[in-house]
Amino acid sequence: MAADQQTWRRPTAFYNRTVKWLFYIGSVLFVGLLLSRTGVSPGRFWQGILFGIDLVGQMVPPTATETQFNRMMEMLGESVAMSMLATVLGVLISIPFGFLAAENLVPKPVYYLNRSIIMVSRSLHSLIVAIIFVKAFGLGVVAGVLTLSFKTIGYWSKLFAEDLEDIDRGQMEAIEATGGSRLHTIVYGVVPQVIPRAIGLTVYRWDINIRQSTIIGIVGAGGIGTVILAAFDKYQYQYASTILLAIVAVVMVGEAISAITRRRVE
Amino acid sequence: MATGSLQEWQRYDRRTRIGRYLMILASLIILAISWVSLELDFGYLLSAPANLADLFVRMYPPDWGYTTTIVDPMIQTINIAIVGTIVAVIIAFPVAFLSAKNTTPNKATYVLGKFIISFSRSVNGIIWGLITVIMFGPGALAGMVAVGLRAIGFVAKLLGEEIEEIATGSVEGVRATGAGTFLVFLYGIFPQIKPALVGISIYRWDINVRISTVIGFVGAGGIGVHLFEAIETFAWRTVLLILIAILGVVIVSEALSAYLRAKVR
Amino acid sequence: MLRTDNLQKTYESGDEALKGVSLSIEGSEIVSMIGPSGAGKSTFIRCINRLVEPTGGEVYLDETELRALGKRDLRKARRDIGMIFQEFNLVERLTVMENVLSGRLGYVSTWRAFRRNFPSEDIQRAYEILERVGLEDMENKRADELSGGQRQRVGIARAVIQQPKILLVDEPTSSLDPETSHKVLDLLTTVAKEDDIPVLINIHEVELALDYADRIVGLSDGELVWEGGTDELDEHARDIIYRGGESREGTGSAIEEEEAAEDRQEIDRQVPGGG
Repeated sequence: MAADQQTWRRPTAFYNRTVKWLFYIGSVLFVGLLLSRTGVSPGRFWQGILFGIDLVGQMVPPTATETQFNRMMEMLGESVAMSMLATVLGVLISIPFGFLAAENLVPKPVYYLNRSIIMVSRSLHSLIVAIIFVKAFGLGVVAGVLTLSFKTIGYWSKLFAEDLEDIDRGQMEAIEATGGSRLHTIVYGVVPQVIPRAIGLTVYRWDINIRQSTIIGIVGAGGIGTVILAAFDKYQYQYASTILLAIVAVVMVGEAISAITRRRVE
Repeated sequence: MATGSLQEWQRYDRRTRIGRYLMILASLIILAISWVSLELDFGYLLSAPANLADLFVRMYPPDWGYTTTIVDPMIQTINIAIVGTIVAVIIAFPVAFLSAKNTTPNKATYVLGKFIISFSRSVNGIIWGLITVIMFGPGALAGMVAVGLRAIGFVAKLLGEEIEEIATGSVEGVRATGAGTFLVFLYGIFPQIKPALVGISIYRWDINVRISTVIGFVGAGGIGVHLFEAIETFAWRTVLLILIAILGVVIVSEALSAYLRAKVR
Repeated sequence: MLRTDNLQKTYESGDEALKGVSLSIEGSEIVSMIGPSGAGKSTFIRCINRLVEPTGGEVYLDETELRALGKRDLRKARRDIGMIFQEFNLVERLTVMENVLSGRLGYVSTWRAFRRNFPSEDIQRAYEILERVGLEDMENKRADELSGGQRQRVGIARAVIQQPKILLVDEPTSSLDPETSHKVLDLLTTVAKEDDIPVLINIHEVELALDYADRIVGLSDGELVWEGGTDELDEHARDIIYRGGESREGTGSAIEEEEAAEDRQEIDRQVPGGG
């Protein structure tokens, strides 16, 4: 009889309680092992924190000489320009990739090929792409624009393809039923359904490209990243903090513009 | 529509159309300005695919002999992501409660919570890396801290949004039994956000793996150190091997993350 | 015994939800509080255990004045007041057993509660109560797997395991269909009679109130306007409670609903954080 029971234990999400405890103990040991392997000692950590506080002290107040300031503004402009150009270029390249990666529109082999390209673009961090492109095309904005364009493919095409896969088949069939060709079906039955979303994706990607454009200069692909790396290398910490603030400002403005535009379009 | 315009059909009304044209025009102008200010050489851009193809020819075949050398740094990369995530989640947990309207003690703590979140989020992981390498010296420790600092804002933001969504009735129900503040949290609030906490942490770990692959460019440990070295010495076949390894690790962690997140729902 | 004396609540917005309500409940009687929505019924019930902080008057549970209590003593007092809610207010992701045992949270240490290690008397009692409310063998189900009627049974079990001196019940049937409503109220009143616990039920359906109550009180616009036995609630009494004494058709129900919505909002705002 249930009413005589004196104990109750919560059912566990694991196979049983032993597994649960083994899992917890294993996790703790594992993390402990990780820390010991990296040679992290509390002393070193503490020293770092103290030095960090000192560093913050050296960073405030943010200041820049006139030459530094002008250079910063110029390179910020370069970052923003790169992000704009790369967004347009990237989306133009992404449109065919997007269509060819929609499972409901193309044959399987084409789908898998394009999905793979998208996956490569998504999986490689923009700095990895940038450092390779710098070697291929030389230091500067060309490598930067191409990096951001390439990264745009992975993002834009993937989400665009997913939208294409979600479209209302009825509208496509209606066009097919009138005797339209495959291209007609796509132009009249598919495109009108996904245009607002495509614009939204583009604007959102632009926002991401601005953020990325501020860092790829660290490996020489143009923009403000070059300047901030130099500032840190030359121990110009007050200048570095100025640049950081400027980057944050630019990123926030970009985010705001992007958010407002998307709200209006979608 | 008025009877006079029977013959015409327009997809959008006048104002919308003018608005659209203006938007397109503005975009084109901005684009042109960008183009000019960057002083891009069009011919150079056109030759890009050829240059790239040339590079890939030099990369092939990958230097498989180097595999054993990169196992350790690859593991270190994943470790940086794991420890960075743990650190971030521990710090982000209280921050999330500060940043949620329904749990923050007062206006000042709310602003503080929001500030920590945007501060952490607006500085890129690699820039955090630049700073932490100065603090802790080159190595994995700097990487862990950088990855963690960057992730705090992400985790706290998503978790805070989850906290704002909790059912207040359940909290009221537990309070009415006479439970103390901490037990109200433990029974009324925590069970409601637990799945989100686990899901967000796993998701962030997956993102952190990607960041950990490049954090070595600024000296903060992981596979990035080796990739940087190989590129600087033009060891292209090694570069390809490392790229393949990175692709593999990133794709596997993404799949693992998706699988685990589907399980905790 | 529960007694309120001139209990008042004025929200920060200036709305006077309670304009001095005096009521006492003794023995093991079942008192139904009826009245239009927005009359302040929910506020009144929450002012008793101070889920909503009253702004004037007194609340006595036996000899203790609840408004004078500090946080700690208030929590102790809440252990003696079982509460059942309109939306059940269970923790959806916890099991039925955890929800029931949370009625004992005022008694166990934090560490034991954290480990779900409740005293064996509590667990035995929980099993007994689950059987009484017809949920035997359901203890390991999660609350979100249950139907509305079953959830309210868990709600009753959570309140009863507190071994309270009084049960406060806030619109227990509003989220249930008519048939389930009757079953839940049958159960609730039976359990209360068996355990000798007095009950205060907020209910807007007069017929249900008549079926189950020993005594009816009518609340209108924050004031107690009528009090009597179930057989005394005639047309005139209803007019007093629902139409402010005037026998008019179609008084602005839109306004009432709006007030009701405001009422809920105010309560929602007060729920998180604090004592």
